[in-house]
Amino acid sequence: MTSQTSTEYETYYVPDKSKLAVCATIGLMLSIFGAASIMNDMTFGDPEAATSSWSIFWIGLFFFAATLFNWFRIAIKENIEGLNSAQLKKSYVLGMFWFIFSEVMFFFAFFGALFYVRNLAGPWLASEGEGGRMNYLLWEGFEYTWPMLQTPQEAIGGVANQITANNGTYQSAETTMAFGDAAAWYKWLPLWNTIILLSSSFTVHIAHMGLLDGNKKKFNLWLGLTVLLGIIFVFVQAYEYYEAYAHFGLTLNSGIYGSTFFMLTGFHGFHVLMGMTMLLIQWLRSVRGGHFTADDHFGFEASSWYWHFVDVVWVFLFLFVYIL
Amino acid sequence: MGDHHHGPAKGLSRWLFTTNHKDIGTMYLWFSFAMFIMGGAFAMVIRAELFQPGMQLVDPAFFNQMTTLHGLVMVFGAIMPSFVGLANWMIPMMIGAPDMALPRMNNWSFWILPPAFLLLASSLFMEGGAPAFGWTFYAPLSTTYAPPSVTYFIFSVHVLGLSSIMGSINIIATVMNMRAPGMTYMKMPLFVWTWLITAFLLVAVMPVLAGAVTMMLMDIHFGTSFFSAAGGGDPVLFQHIFWFFGHPEVYIIILPAFGVVSQIIPAFSRKPLFGYDSMVYATASIAFLSFIVWAHHMYTVGMPIAGELFFMYATMLIAVPTGVKVFNWITTMWRGAMTFETPMLFCIGFLVLFTIGGFTGLMLSIAPADFQYHDSYFVVAHFHYVMVAGAVFSMTAAVYYWLPKWCGRMYNETMGKTHFWISFIGFNVTFFPQHFVGLAGMPRRIPDYALQFADFNMMSSIGAFIYGASQILFLYNVIATIVAGKPVSDEKVWDGAEGLEWTVATPAPYHTFETPPTLDAKPAHA
Repeated sequence: MTSQTSTEYETYYVPDKSKLAVCATIGLMLSIFGAASIMNDMTFGDPEAATSSWSIFWIGLFFFAATLFNWFRIAIKENIEGLNSAQLKKSYVLGMFWFIFSEVMFFFAFFGALFYVRNLAGPWLASEGEGGRMNYLLWEGFEYTWPMLQTPQEAIGGVANQITANNGTYQSAETTMAFGDAAAWYKWLPLWNTIILLSSSFTVHIAHMGLLDGNKKKFNLWLGLTVLLGIIFVFVQAYEYYEAYAHFGLTLNSGIYGSTFFMLTGFHGFHVLMGMTMLLIQWLRSVRGGHFTADDHFGFEASSWYWHFVDVVWVFLFLFVYIL
Repeated sequence: MGDHHHGPAKGLSRWLFTTNHKDIGTMYLWFSFAMFIMGGAFAMVIRAELFQPGMQLVDPAFFNQMTTLHGLVMVFGAIMPSFVGLANWMIPMMIGAPDMALPRMNNWSFWILPPAFLLLASSLFMEGGAPAFGWTFYAPLSTTYAPPSVTYFIFSVHVLGLSSIMGSINIIATVMNMRAPGMTYMKMPLFVWTWLITAFLLVAVMPVLAGAVTMMLMDIHFGTSFFSAAGGGDPVLFQHIFWFFGHPEVYIIILPAFGVVSQIIPAFSRKPLFGYDSMVYATASIAFLSFIVWAHHMYTVGMPIAGELFFMYATMLIAVPTGVKVFNWITTMWRGAMTFETPMLFCIGFLVLFTIGGFTGLMLSIAPADFQYHDSYFVVAHFHYVMVAGAVFSMTAAVYYWLPKWCGRMYNETMGKTHFWISFIGFNVTFFPQHFVGLAGMPRRIPDYALQFADFNMMSSIGAFIYGASQILFLYNVIATIVAGKPVSDEKVWDGAEGLEWTVATPAPYHTFETPPTLDAKPAHA
């Protein structure tokens, strides 16, 4: 039954005891404690008191980032020293794959919320379908459209009673982010962002092909281009947010349309920022450190998977947030 | 072998900096037991208040904090980490691996848990009190009407999720990548199988929970309206997202328990597990079904009739693979040369009581009937039959079963059996009457109740104190075993036990299977 004897077996590297986990814990806990305190100071307490919370947050975050940097540095060093067997490398592959899967499920929650509101909750508020008398009893005059330009609260004339006042005040957007003027299509930023992000998936693939051929020059060039496209995407996205707040009246307070719009595009943008940072670090490793060979480049490969993942999320965003 | 393969370091740094799966497993187990005591103490407050009708000891607001924290601590602090600890200890030894696949991340998964629970428990002393909206934290109770401590609660849930996701990724990588040569998937011990499937569930649903609490956070602090109808959102949306996490979560809790029972019953029946293949397929089927039944927690929320019917039939379907499992366990015992040591007693207790909990679950799955049972003590009785008599009993069985292998000493059998019988009686006295008060109309999560429920509630409280006290006996027995138990040196502590973990020395050396073991033709589970 035994297909291998122990002599043929490459030893699986089990690292010696390490301070990384405890340092990462301290950094993480300080930063989240700081973040939670900042929010509570802002919402429930004295905004002035938030200063010390900010300090805790920044100290924690810095410590956390430094620990993670060191952690990856050590992992890379171990690989260069040849400690990683083929089996260990497969553990890293599996780890990255299932991490990306968990990220997919995180976005799934927000897309699920979007679909639920658009197909069920929204129409029900307007007493369509099986919504019964909700409209007549609570939100008289509310008509459901998507993107929602009038919240139920506004339909009944603003903060009309205690129940809605407790729920906050929602000022709907004047304009949506959906495709508007066909004549001025080139002014529609999401289209440009789609083009940018889709091209960056191609450029990162070309970089990978170059690396597989052993052509480091090609790799560095196309990977650098990918990072650049990522930076441009983030800037365009930031500009779009500025437009939304300054000219469209679309904010986080704009009812469920603003909520879903900013949370979906915001978390996506945050993931682009992370993916871009990952690719930038791989680029620096290649250019400055001379890392990566044709058959050993998992750091890059994992980052590129992550990049393809944020790209695919964007395709869904473009479809369901901007177009449909 | 490298130089690093020495024994454990001395002092505190061994535990803080360790990368050893056995050390990490031990920390998980002790941490979960501490949380079990803490959550148990909260339960004692609840039962003391409910001992008699009328307001006795605590005010209603504090009562609500107790029910909330009891649920959160027991689910996320006691049961889940205890099975992760067991996975850490046993999976590498069961599949012939030198350690977990990613040992440093393994340590991190553990060490973020204690501070996260410290943060959660510290909310008891914050202005406005601890979260008081129930462990299911339905919006708007948990958003519009929540105390300020909800922000810390949200972040601690994020950290618990992070811990679970990293732990699960580690388990998946270990099982998929580090089995000894010849250990094919269908030869893995069933505990490994159930944990592999559990880990998939965790990676799939913990991010959804993170999404739910993030939406809460945004609604509370940044003016979004996910759960507010005034802005076009819907509080019911919260329930959908929560239960999309929450229903797989209950299988996350019970599947490893199934795995434990599938290891122990064959050992003390001295027969191979009946229907190994069908056990694997049943586990996978339960996991799949768990994703399409979430709204059976929400029958009374106002769903379209098509939704009610779909979720009702899908829920009933779960009884089929679960029935396969119960059938297989009983058939394993059939004509076996059975003995009844403490682990086996807890497994048989599990089998009987879990089946009762399964049947009440079937009653609850019927939508029109659930309109009566919803949010009554019947539900409380139901899920304690599966959570306590299911998950906690099997975890207790696991500790008795593997403790001699872990520490090389035998526990006191008489004390163990006493622990079982007191637990069994205490548990049933606590929760069986709750079926009756629930069917008679007593709602859950209230500090006071109508007079006609008085007798059964007093019984419940007495049972709860008995059950709680019996855990002190358990703690004493475990410590006494570790400190001064009768030494055992046989590799195979139980004569009927099978599997790779029984081929290593007793107590298990600090490092096991640094080179993979040789598997004979016999499957590990036979």
